[in-house]
Amino acid sequence: MKLYLKIWRQKDRVSEGKLVEYTLDNVNTHMSFLEMLDTLNNQLITNNEEPVEFDHDCREGICGQCGVVINGIAHGPLKNTTTCQLHMREFKDNETILIEPFRAAGFPVKKDLKVDRGAFDRIISSGGYVSVNTGQAPEANTIPVGHETAEAAFDSAACIGCGACVATCKNGSAALFTSAKITQLALLPQAKEERDQRALKMIAQMDKEQFGHCSNTEACEVECPQGISVLNIARMNYEYNRASFLKFKK
Amino acid sequence: MNTQIRKIIMACTGLFLCFFLLIHFLGNTQLFLAPEEARKSFNMYSSFLTGNIFVKLVSYVLYLSIILHAIYALIISTINRKAGGHYSTDNRGRSSKWYSRNMGILGTIILIFIVLHFQNFWYVYKFGSIGLDPWGHKDLYTVVVTAFQQGWLVIVYVIAMAALAYHLIQGISSGIRTLGLFHPKFVRWINIFGMVYAIAICVGFALMPIYIYFTHN
Ligand code: HEM
Ligand code: FES
Repeated sequence: MKLYLKIWRQKDRVSEGKLVEYTLDNVNTHMSFLEMLDTLNNQLITNNEEPVEFDHDCREGICGQCGVVINGIAHGPLKNTTTCQLHMREFKDNETILIEPFRAAGFPVKKDLKVDRGAFDRIISSGGYVSVNTGQAPEANTIPVGHETAEAAFDSAACIGCGACVATCKNGSAALFTSAKITQLALLPQAKEERDQRALKMIAQMDKEQFGHCSNTEACEVECPQGISVLNIARMNYEYNRASFLKFKK
Repeated sequence: MNTQIRKIIMACTGLFLCFFLLIHFLGNTQLFLAPEEARKSFNMYSSFLTGNIFVKLVSYVLYLSIILHAIYALIISTINRKAGGHYSTDNRGRSSKWYSRNMGILGTIILIFIVLHFQNFWYVYKFGSIGLDPWGHKDLYTVVVTAFQQGWLVIVYVIAMAALAYHLIQGISSGIRTLGLFHPKFVRWINIFGMVYAIAICVGFALMPIYIYFTHN
């Protein structure tokens, strides 16, 4: 198939970017979206032009590194699918495809389609952990975790941190990401000790990173590759309110 | 002040307004009575409300809620606009309802309506010259009937109620979640409750000017 591509090219953080048009022949419908971009880059390198930079790693939908906005939708037209798992059969011959980076105040563009998602790392390191003493690994069954609870925690833990929720949210809110991390730990007994501090710290960091407010439009859940539920956000609100209003101890 | 606190203020003021709306609605259903009976009981009810100290307190909370809700709506919307990304082609709309994305615009319509509404009735009742009915109460009923004999005003009220309905369909379930009150089992019921509450009250309110227009012209 033949494709007309319009791709966001931006030299670095500070430069102004613009959409550049490319034509790509002989695209195989079995190619993944990233393989299509690889093909384009081969063509660019052959012509002594600079290749388009984009993030990727596993290419099997589990690492959360990839992610671009395709025709105005994060990760493209297919729901609950990462960019690397999107295949060219979803597009038509001679179609024009517009490719832009994820955009939000919290995600500055580094180059071309690459954005800086360091804000997510800083949210995690502000409280998304459980403090344990080092030494021998404790016996796994000393703290029982019910099956339902373990499953629920795992549902939240399924978040791969790709940032599609932020890119999809009209407010550039990181509520779905942050809440999935808070909920995952809030459910587990091992993490209960730091529960209150965790909610307060992670939300404080989220705000510092210039993400917007959650308006509960629920768009994030629809476009999330893992279908992380918006109820995590309600849970985060509960955790926050509990920590700030219901707890009187320091 | 952080995102959570701002949203909690929006939710508390918004949900208080929703609660007020129900009381306001129940009181106003007296307008559906037969004209003479409606005039007597509606005017009596109005003068009871102005005299009552408890009602006075609630009305101050009401004014404060409207003001805070509008101020925080502006603050939140401004921050959100800056925080959100803008794309040269934007098809993100497929994943959410239009009214959930346009709460600020719906709210602005409601705010304009509230100003008009206060001017129509509240101001006239408090500070305007208003006649007495045969039972010695200020004749607000006649003011209401006279107002709603104007077709354009009826249309404005109906449009405002449509905006309010959409604002509340999104607002009630959103506000409840903002407060962290949720349970996976009841989420669906809370959404249905919010929708029924919003539609029932707004349709009910919209029917009042329509009813008066058609029975008094
Ligand atoms: C004065 C005019 C009004 C304006 C400018 C306004 C604007 C807004 C805005 C911008 C939001 C935030 C939605 C978001 O986070 O995306 C909101 C939420 C809300 N509004 Fe209003 N609104 C107004 C009047 C009302 C009225 C009269 C009611 C109820 C009778 C109401 C009930 C609510 C509720 C329940 C919420 C949900 C809070 C939440 O999302 O947590 N609003 N409003
Ligand atoms: S590259 Fe790992 S999820 Fe797409």
